Amino acid sequence: MNDKKLIIIGLLIFFGVCSSVCWYNWLSAAEKGAPEPLLSEKAKAAGYCVVPKDKMKAEHMKILDQWREHVVRTGKREYVIPETGRTFNMSLSTGEDSCMGCHSNKSEFCDRCHDYASVKPYCWDCHLEPKEKE
Amino acid sequence: MSDLPDADEFIKIDHSTPSTGWMDTPAKIRPGMYCYASNYRSVEALGLPNARRWNPLDDDWQIPDNWQQIFLEGLQERLDKFRSLKIFMDICVRCGACADKCHYFIGTGDPKNMPVLRAELLRSVYRNDFTTAGKIFGKLAGARPLTLEVLKEIWYYLFQCSMCRRCSVFCPYGIDTAEITLLGRELMNLLGLNIDWIATPIANCYQTGNHLGIQPHAFKDMLDFFVEDIEEITGVNCEPQYNKKGADILFLTPSGDVFADPGTYTAMGYLILFQFLKEKYGLDVTWSTYASEGGNFGFFTSHEVMKRLNAKMYAEAKRLGVKWILGGECGHMWRVIHQYMDTMNGPADFMEVPVNPVTGTVFENASSTKLVHIAEFTADLIKNNKLDLDPSRNDNLSVTFHDSCNPSRGMGMLDEPRYVIQNVCNNFYDMPPSTIRENTFCCGSGAGLNAGEDMELRMAGGLPRANAVKHVHEKHGVNMLACICAVDRAALPDLMDYWVPGVDVIGLHELVGNAIVLPGEQERTMDLRMEPLPGMEDEADE
Amino acid sequence: MNSSYIFSLILVIILCVVAYMGGNAEGLRLVFGVMIPYLAVFLFVLGFLRKVLGWAKSPVPFSIASTCGQQKSMPWVEQNKLDNPSTTFGVIIRMFLEIVCFRSLFRNTRMRFHKSTDGVKIAYDWEIFLWAGALAFHYAFLVVLLRHLRFFFQPVPWCIQVIEFFDGFFKMEFVGEVIDIGTLQIGLPGVFVSGLILLAAVIFLCLRRLMSPKVRYISLASDYFPLFVILGIAVTGIVMRYFAKIDIVGVKAYTMGLVMFKGTLPPENVGGIFYIHLFLVCVLLACFPFSKLMHMGGIFLSPTRNMTGNTREVRHVNPWNYPVKTHTYEEYEDDYRDKMIGVGLPVDKKE
Repeated sequence: MNDKKLIIIGLLIFFGVCSSVCWYNWLSAAEKGAPEPLLSEKAKAAGYCVVPKDKMKAEHMKILDQWREHVVRTGKREYVIPETGRTFNMSLSTGEDSCMGCHSNKSEFCDRCHDYASVKPYCWDCHLEPKEKE
Repeated sequence: MSDLPDADEFIKIDHSTPSTGWMDTPAKIRPGMYCYASNYRSVEALGLPNARRWNPLDDDWQIPDNWQQIFLEGLQERLDKFRSLKIFMDICVRCGACADKCHYFIGTGDPKNMPVLRAELLRSVYRNDFTTAGKIFGKLAGARPLTLEVLKEIWYYLFQCSMCRRCSVFCPYGIDTAEITLLGRELMNLLGLNIDWIATPIANCYQTGNHLGIQPHAFKDMLDFFVEDIEEITGVNCEPQYNKKGADILFLTPSGDVFADPGTYTAMGYLILFQFLKEKYGLDVTWSTYASEGGNFGFFTSHEVMKRLNAKMYAEAKRLGVKWILGGECGHMWRVIHQYMDTMNGPADFMEVPVNPVTGTVFENASSTKLVHIAEFTADLIKNNKLDLDPSRNDNLSVTFHDSCNPSRGMGMLDEPRYVIQNVCNNFYDMPPSTIRENTFCCGSGAGLNAGEDMELRMAGGLPRANAVKHVHEKHGVNMLACICAVDRAALPDLMDYWVPGVDVIGLHELVGNAIVLPGEQERTMDLRMEPLPGMEDEADE
Repeated sequence: MNSSYIFSLILVIILCVVAYMGGNAEGLRLVFGVMIPYLAVFLFVLGFLRKVLGWAKSPVPFSIASTCGQQKSMPWVEQNKLDNPSTTFGVIIRMFLEIVCFRSLFRNTRMRFHKSTDGVKIAYDWEIFLWAGALAFHYAFLVVLLRHLRFFFQPVPWCIQVIEFFDGFFKMEFVGEVIDIGTLQIGLPGVFVSGLILLAAVIFLCLRRLMSPKVRYISLASDYFPLFVILGIAVTGIVMRYFAKIDIVGVKAYTMGLVMFKGTLPPENVGGIFYIHLFLVCVLLACFPFSKLMHMGGIFLSPTRNMTGNTREVRHVNPWNYPVKTHTYEEYEDDYRDKMIGVGLPVDKKE
């Protein structure tokens, strides 16, 4: 019967769509595993960041947003790391003591994971992208 | 009707839901809401199962000991034969869109008359025995075992559905309760659980060719009676032809039209139309006493009985050697013709593609079944200016049109009858849009429920229709409800008397018959009901 | 009075607790992170195919389109080609509008009795909320689903990025009380409208089921269950995105491991909420073919919508059509011959 053919075609489409997560990835050559952000020599040497690494992984966007709010509203840029008592300049890209001051390699540090997770932060809509050294 | 409360009392309908869940609220079979059990002789006549005397009010329905097995095997068989049933059993999400679309729910407030619950009654049994989820989770998945109480409940509500399909229009998946009701009634018939208002008409129809059991000589006598009346009114003899071999067209109409008012006046309208066309254009139409029924109560019983009764139409057309078939005004007749006839009893390749011999119009939409609806036929004649009409003869009427469920939602004939009405009478007012065309409400008596003993159900089910008529009655002074269905003509007068006194019921072709100016007719002073024509009140008295 | 929703609610809560504890138990990460998801997808795909093939096995014996408009008739009568299609193209358009726009639901009305001095008038008002709620729910769910494909495709295809772009178009942001870091912050990562609409629509559909007496009366436990599961999925998803943030890159490494059949475990310390989210998705997938959720497949096959209304023009063939016993004309004439001759009706045999 004619409609059985149509139903089979429909089911093949259904199966094709469901299994696309497999065959798409099998067919594409891209590396499937998670990329590691590359630490610059300076960051490596410092050995610590404003918050521990695991928390930073999940929440860096939140911290950046709160810093921006804080700086814009109050004008104060001083951040004290609770664990060590060390102060830090709340800035994304200005000066040696900013985020990018340490993580100067945007493409290897930021973009790798952002691309992998299909995240498009709008940081660089306003901030100048740092010139990478290499 | 004496048991019925006053209309003002009746309309205080309680639409609230009971405090117990529907599975825990047993159905109470109540006089006034159900039709009498099938007469065993009628069941026997068709060779249907379990012919015996029984009464729905009795505890013991005298069904076979293995009734569950019969029911469930019957259900399995139908699931295998009808994809519609399988899908409709599986995919309802109980969104509730259908709930307040059913005229029986609106009129009774009984939640089991919500289309969704009516279907759930059967669906719960289906889940229990045919689905994984139902077998594992039981009641939580909406499943329940088929007990005698459940069977009675399903029976009770299957015969409170007129298969009108209004719910199907609103269902996001097109779930058609009519299909479920028809197949559910098939299961009931496996156990001998039909109602007599259906069983006896189908037995009659099988034997005599029509639901009313009119034998051939009596059929002719009845039409002769109309011929006499028409002659008295118009002075013209409209004697029809019967069982004529070699006629061009076979005419089929529900036998209700030859039996009871106001359908009889519609039959007179047909006779006048055919006489006019015969005189002017030589139209050769024959009636049949063998296929003397357009309707098909088999449709309310099972697909098989439907086919057995319907077979006569093509058989008679073949025997007489007609070119095509013209069908009269009937509701479910046209659903059967439109959806089932060609598939069941076709192909009708012994006939020709219908051509209106008067206008030359080819009815391409009927090219396979070879059946043309008389409203299409008459509309075509009027469009081509082939009829001499005097619409002023209907000037005493202010008309509205009741779309019958079946020609609307099982065929889609909506504009043709309106076109005819607007050309044969001058005062036409449609009812509100949510109550006409594809949204039309049932007369409340369809699908074999127009018995006398279930008058409360009928008045409840007809309430939405009556209420819309009341609206145009009060707003536009509508005094005549036109329809194209014999069940309507039988059921609506009671309904109007109860809810909207002052509105009468008329068939489309009675209006046509009044308006047609026959060649050689005397000056008419009376309409087909032998009541004075407008402006002729004095002459008619003489 | 109707306790079916309580049962479903309790069941979903139990499922959440099971997932939370299972995800936090060291030895069960493999079970909840890998084995159950594979099992769920297996049940979903095979169950879906089996169900639809089961439907396909039964024929469509009769052409039973619901004709919701003027038929094709004479050329001067305007046909409603959408609601009473006579061509395959018309059916395709009708089905498209049905599936994509929920056209039948759009017609929904609400019946009301208006009592006045003239008596009772029954009115049927247009009721748009069920349609709007259903449409919002299904489309939000679709967008959420498609967005999640970023976890399952590497590289992430362009079309998914477009969806993300439009879903995050409004760039809603809120940061409050920044003196102590750790106060409410929303906006980074960007807010997706679809998630919020999905949550709102699920809540609306739940409330509708609970508050409308008629709908509550017809609702089964199996109607509340998927709603509560989806509610749980939406809430945990929103929590993980905006509040208790998780290591997204680690999660993607895990999901990519699933689709590449590497059996990668979810990242350590991903948190119990993630396991609730994942487990509820698995439950939904596994239940899908065995529940009313199959309306997704069924809507394509509903004979009242996917057939043409021109059954008098084109003969529909029933594969199991069988001969039946009829009362033939010959038998009829034998029964009534004398009476027929008596009134002058023609007969085939004189004797």
